[in-house]
Amino acid sequence: MKDHLQLYEVFIRSRRGLDHKHVGSLHADDAEQALEYARDVYTRRGEGVSIWVVASRDITASQESDCESFYDPLDDKPYRHASMYELPVGVDTL
Amino acid sequence: MSDPKAVAEYATRLGDDSLILGHRLSEWVSRAPFLEEDLALTNVALDFIGRARMFYQYAAELAGDGTTEDTLAYTRDIREFTNLLICELPRGDFAFSVVRHFLYDAFQLPFLQALKHSSDERLAAIAAKAEKESRYHLRRGSEWVRRLGDGTEESRARTQQAVNDLWGYTHEMFELDALDQRLVDAGIAVDIVALRPVWEDTVKTVLTDATLTVPENTWGVRGGRTGYHTDSFGFLLAELQFMQRAYPGLTW
Repeated sequence: MKDHLQLYEVFIRSRRGLDHKHVGSLHADDAEQALEYARDVYTRRGEGVSIWVVASRDITASQESDCESFYDPLDDKPYRHASMYELPVGVDTL
Repeated sequence: MSDPKAVAEYATRLGDDSLILGHRLSEWVSRAPFLEEDLALTNVALDFIGRARMFYQYAAELAGDGTTEDTLAYTRDIREFTNLLICELPRGDFAFSVVRHFLYDAFQLPFLQALKHSSDERLAAIAAKAEKESRYHLRRGSEWVRRLGDGTEESRARTQQAVNDLWGYTHEMFELDALDQRLVDAGIAVDIVALRPVWEDTVKTVLTDATLTVPENTWGVRGGRTGYHTDSFGFLLAELQFMQRAYPGLTW
């Protein structure tokens, strides 16, 4: 049976107004079953009000080897970084 | 109507159904086909054991003689349990457990929906809480029956076998005895006879979807409500009650 099961990524919205956050993955036969298992595996302690499941194979991910071309060019454009601003008193993170 | 003894007996039998089915489901812990299903089955087992506690606590309060939920679960003997036989049958293979669960949930959901309107407020409150769980159980069970029935040749054969083997145990769910009748007349208990068409409709729809055959009503086994049980029941109680029997009053 294990051979036929697909991997799904699970996203849960913990409260209304917040984003769905990735919480983990699980195996299921189809999306409907994945949703039910997500309920049983990841929301047992009242963690969520909404669940998304996405077949892992449908996710296109950037690769470690892309880092250089993706992100390095930004390093010499510091004017794009918000780090040049002075933080007002009382704002710890921006 | 004030007949606490009758209501206690009614609550106890509903508790017995839940405890025994919950126990059978709990036997799958660490033995389910894969991890996700293991957790899901455990959740459902816990739902039933929680439900048993609510019914037993109420029965114990009504008895008012020192009876507790624990004495009801752990110190009664075989003949004192009044669960439906379908709840106690050995868990069998996965198809058998799935089908048993489905046949029972297809009954349990309309049962709880009716019990919600009981004139007994406490029973109505328990039913309202349990109904939400049962709706999920039935959804899960129906999915599995469809998946197994309309699956491989082997899964289909096993599922049909389970349906055939369980069919004769379903009639007991819809038979009123004297206690039921008295409490139905008082607006407390559910008229289970009236639930049968609803159950048949659900079961036929799902079995047909699953490409399975609905059996004819050619045989029936009953006796649970009067304390007559199947061979396996003593072994179930032996495991369930071992600690309290070996170390009476043990707490942890």
